[in-house]
Amino acid sequence: MSGAGDREAVFPTRQSLGLMKNKLKGAETGHSLLKRKSEALTKRFREITRRIDEAKRKMGRVMQIAAFSLAEVTYAVGGDIGYQIQESAKAARFRVRTKQENVSGVFLPQFESYTTEGNNDFGLTGLGKGGQQVQRCRETYARAVETLVELASLQTAFVILDEVIKVVNRRVNAIEHVIIPRTENTIKYINSELDELDREEFYRLKKVKNNKQRDNAAAEQEELGKRRGSDKENEDDTGTPDVLGEREDNDVIF
Amino acid sequence: MAAPPAAYKDRHFLAVIGDEDSVTGLLLAGIGHVTPPPDAQKNFLVVDAKTETATIEQAFDRYTHDRKDIAILLINQHIAERIRHRVDTYTDAFPAVLEIPSKEHPYDPEKDSVLRRVRRLFGE
Repeated sequence: MSGAGDREAVFPTRQSLGLMKNKLKGAETGHSLLKRKSEALTKRFREITRRIDEAKRKMGRVMQIAAFSLAEVTYAVGGDIGYQIQESAKAARFRVRTKQENVSGVFLPQFESYTTEGNNDFGLTGLGKGGQQVQRCRETYARAVETLVELASLQTAFVILDEVIKVVNRRVNAIEHVIIPRTENTIKYINSELDELDREEFYRLKKVKNNKQRDNAAAEQEELGKRRGSDKENEDDTGTPDVLGEREDNDVIF
Repeated sequence: MAAPPAAYKDRHFLAVIGDEDSVTGLLLAGIGHVTPPPDAQKNFLVVDAKTETATIEQAFDRYTHDRKDIAILLINQHIAERIRHRVDTYTDAFPAVLEIPSKEHPYDPEKDSVLRRVRRLFGE
């Protein structure tokens, strides 16, 4: 943050001050909301990672059991059935469908396994001998695949959540460290400019008032001077002769 | 933020890249699917010691990028080890890549790409 340098390009007016104040309030609300979202997601994320860890270990055990049951099949059938099975696989009996789960606005897909009834590619496998083992092996592997599907949905959720959390945290940080300080800087800038304008205006008014007073005083002085001058003139005019005075009248000669 | 529904709604199948035993077992469970001709594509690949790495990579790319009907790709851990670079750089959500143990190679959590990410995130 380079102090006053980092601010938005606005004119320092009261209107933009109001805008900026609204923006700051919005940014703060958004920040707290996003922070809460990030926390909720992180909580979920930790839970998922823990479950992944468990599921992975469980998968290790389940796959071991399944491999063992396959070995039983090989033993019972008395030969390798791999080739036969690979050739007779036609349509998937075991499928998954995806649905969504909403975690604080993030859609996490979940895989759900289902089996389509009525098609069985391996009807003839183990017909001669070992049919029971084949059946048991199929069941074991079906359970193993269910575990795998569960694990896959956890893992997908993990990948998506990881990404979303990164995005949300980036936003939280951007608001906290860029938008809020910049808006605050802008508000500070506008306030200082407005104060400056206020001071200028005040000084101007004072100056105007002083000038007016001075002018008024000068005008009054002048007026006063004028009035005094005319008074004197008036005094001069009052020399009307006192007829009854001691002054000797000129004789009247006929 | 969430992936659009189109990204996964058609994904119904599982795919396998594995050794013969794993593939056989998973096919027995009924995940095998062959698309109708003319371009009959299997959703499983059997890898043995003679299979070249390029073939595995090709299959991995086909299942992860080209085919849009695969939801989960299962791959044996020792095979994933051979194309470790590809598996580690693959980060998409769909299809989910899952490393599974095989008969000869017991499961090693240290090598799993997802578990390694988990470890890294928690700073271990």
